[in-house]
Amino acid sequence: MKLTVNGDPLEIEKPITVKELLVVAKAEQPEYVTVELNGEFVDHSGFETTTVKDGDVVEFLYFMGGGAR
Amino acid sequence: MSSLTNEQLERYSRHIILQQVGGKGQEKILGSKVLVIGTGGLGAPAAMYLAAAGVGTIGLVDFDVVDLSNLQRQIIHQTADVGKPKVDSGRETIEAMNPDVDVHTYHEMVTSANIRDIIRDQDYDFIIDGTDNFPAKFLINDACVFEKKPFVHAGILRFSGQLMTYVPGKGPCYRCVFKTMPPKDAVPTCRQAGVLGVMGGVIGTLQATEALKYILGVGELLTGYLLTYDALTMKFRKVKIPRDPHCAICGEHPTITELIDYEQPACDLRKA
Repeated sequence: MKLTVNGDPLEIEKPITVKELLVVAKAEQPEYVTVELNGEFVDHSGFETTTVKDGDVVEFLYFMGGGAR
Repeated sequence: MSSLTNEQLERYSRHIILQQVGGKGQEKILGSKVLVIGTGGLGAPAAMYLAAAGVGTIGLVDFDVVDLSNLQRQIIHQTADVGKPKVDSGRETIEAMNPDVDVHTYHEMVTSANIRDIIRDQDYDFIIDGTDNFPAKFLINDACVFEKKPFVHAGILRFSGQLMTYVPGKGPCYRCVFKTMPPKDAVPTCRQAGVLGVMGGVIGTLQATEALKYILGVGELLTGYLLTYDALTMKFRKVKIPRDPHCAICGEHPTITELIDYEQPACDLRKA
């Protein structure tokens, strides 16, 4: 099964949860990442119950705070 | 009839020749008011390009003084400015660049008590978030939602950067994407993790670009998009982001009805 994660293809063997995907796709600090699945936000409370499957498009959006000092 | 002087016609000639700008557009720029919060890595280049472009009123907000470690990227400040309030140093640079710009300075940290007054002080048209910490970023977002003002968020870290533009009623706010403050010290800052100096130039200049497009009413803003940039791979990505109908501040049933002062990370209290 082919996913697109942050614009890059990712092959997985079977549908997995968002929580598992965060590990497989090596998300940095998964507890603070915002996840978008096919253009919709996934609540953190749904990470264990939402699964990703063939053709899904996933984005990890990260906090980025630097700027002034 | 154009109100531009001969000197202005020459100074802004490369703008005026652009079909999307022209004399009318340049007059709009000269009549516009932009508030730059934070005059560091992002705010420095943003303010300088806005000043060069002829933005008639520029507000600079910063409580800090220039530190030697700032000069690797904060190009509005010079070596001789170390120890000087950043807003004073910023004013001097802008005034030397372009006498058309009226600079207003606010030598203070934005808080729930002052941010709305600062935005209202000159009734700014557009706000640039050039701050380096999440309490300020959430505060700016919330204040702009309450004051119905557009702003451009940005962040930089290591070799990466991101930005998005909020326009009231037109798309998601920062809180639609990032619901709440990360815990203290959970997400590294530039001071902790470092940043390539040019990142502020790239992303801060993109923020200035958004401000000018908004003022001119041309092109497509990053409303409903988060633009991410990775300097190591030279990849720009424009990620579509939806509005969250359950957003705590801009959603259908907002639960945040007043501004919040989140705790500053300990490492940022050094000169507070």
